[in-house]
Amino acid sequence: MKIIVCVKHVPATDARIKLGADGKSIDETGINFIINPYDEFAIEEALLIKEKLGGEIMIVTLGESSAIESIRKGLAMGADKAVHLVCENVALADPWAVANRLAEEIREHDSDLILCGKNSADAQNQQVGSLVAAMLEKPVVTSVVEIEAEENTVTVWREIESGKEVYELSLPALLTVNKTEHEPRYASLRGIMMAKKKPVETKDVSIENGAIVVEEMSLPKAKEPCKIVGTDADSSGDLANLLHNEAKVI
Amino acid sequence: MKNLVFIEHADGKVKKASLEIISVALEYGDVSAIVVGDVDSATLSQFGASKIINVAQDALEPYSSGAYAKVIVDCVNQESPDLIFFSASRMGMEIAPLVAANLKISMASDCIGFSVDNGTVKIDRPVYSGKSFVSVAYNQMPMIVTIRPNSFEAKENPVSAESVNFAANFEQNDIASRVKEVIASVSERVDLTEANIVVSGGRGVGGPEGFAPIELLADEMSAAVGASRAAVDAGWRDHTDQVGQTGKTVTPQLYIACGISGAIQHLAGMSGTKTIVAINKDPDAPIFKIADYGIVGDLFEVLPILAEEIKKIRS
Repeated sequence: MKIIVCVKHVPATDARIKLGADGKSIDETGINFIINPYDEFAIEEALLIKEKLGGEIMIVTLGESSAIESIRKGLAMGADKAVHLVCENVALADPWAVANRLAEEIREHDSDLILCGKNSADAQNQQVGSLVAAMLEKPVVTSVVEIEAEENTVTVWREIESGKEVYELSLPALLTVNKTEHEPRYASLRGIMMAKKKPVETKDVSIENGAIVVEEMSLPKAKEPCKIVGTDADSSGDLANLLHNEAKVI
Repeated sequence: MKNLVFIEHADGKVKKASLEIISVALEYGDVSAIVVGDVDSATLSQFGASKIINVAQDALEPYSSGAYAKVIVDCVNQESPDLIFFSASRMGMEIAPLVAANLKISMASDCIGFSVDNGTVKIDRPVYSGKSFVSVAYNQMPMIVTIRPNSFEAKENPVSAESVNFAANFEQNDIASRVKEVIASVSERVDLTEANIVVSGGRGVGGPEGFAPIELLADEMSAAVGASRAAVDAGWRDHTDQVGQTGKTVTPQLYIACGISGAIQHLAGMSGTKTIVAINKDPDAPIFKIADYGIVGDLFEVLPILAEEIKKIRS
């Protein structure tokens, strides 16, 4: 089974966000970057499928040159090779343009299964995976929480608001991966050493942002300090009254 | 301007999030509502949809995002709307990008602010897990917009509506991914993402049985029950209930965090809440930094009494 996993390099989920000098992006000083969490779940699922059925896993990343860190981490987890489309200003780029460039790259390789994270932790558009699938004319299921792959088919469970949907797809197909039961593995020391020798093809690319202009970025408004109503169950009545009379939410 | 709104419903009852997008669209022109299956159409015209485009459900059963997208694309080609609205629900967020790809137009996801100024669409949306927001301008029409549930008020605006039928036409490859089976969650509760009130439990709940007082309080307020990642990873609750970075984003009027320390990844999923209440034994828990009201105390002592007090107020 040939599996392609699309990986984005994003700020760590515990990063404190500060605005950049242009007011339209974040200040990346001191921020630790990681594999987008859902993409990491996708890599783990790909590794489990490879362990079951054999095959090859290729990572495709569109991102700044620093994104090589996430690519190497994915290779250290066990992916076999990677393509790094080196491109500036990807974080909040037009999802259409991002998907278009990824689709162009994926078309150049054989693949049975393409996995993308459900959304990126930075732009969180939830579009790129579906757009890539549509551009490649492959069936797609989004927000998948469980995958059972066979040679030519895949059964997947998709999380919806009221439960789960089960799909059975013929391959090739594209899935966008939600959090699954399988916690992404840590790279072993041996994996990290081996990753250094695995092939990473780099290409300098650029994408058009089309009709989209990020005008401004802002931070959430500062909150009033918390009103501590009390320190035991006796304050429950006061809290209920505040929620009713002051906050007017019950 | 002409607007097309995709309506979601549960057994014919229109979802609140769909009424919210009718209200948003109505500010900028006429609203045509496209709906698959039998629905309470009086509600749609009550909130301002002046044209209801009905697609028979049987042809589209079982659900396939590809077939839904194809029908909406056909409808867009016939109706030529300027703006196409979806709710940023699981269904909306699955279908909308497929429609965008087919029509080769841009799409703005999960908007919490929306306006149109001289042909330019301006939207606000959360990025970096709600730790910041961007204002984005789109110099392009038509375009697709998905709106985050609970971000706009659904306002009644009764109009008389024309009702038309629309035929579903699709090819075999449009239904390559089609639902084989639906596993409904056992809970009869309101959806987390649509709920007005959410009561959530975290590590401090101590185990699956510790959610009993949380369920009790939620029952009292017709609330949804959520959980922190710690509670989900410990196996006490299903991932469906997880609020936060790798779970759901909720935007209720009231969020009651019980035994949740308030890791930044959890705050990412609920910081859009109007009023946040924290109940936690640890006065230094970060959740108190974001909460509006707090009780520093044992949730097992507080919750049953709080449920009683709320019952008194509501009766």
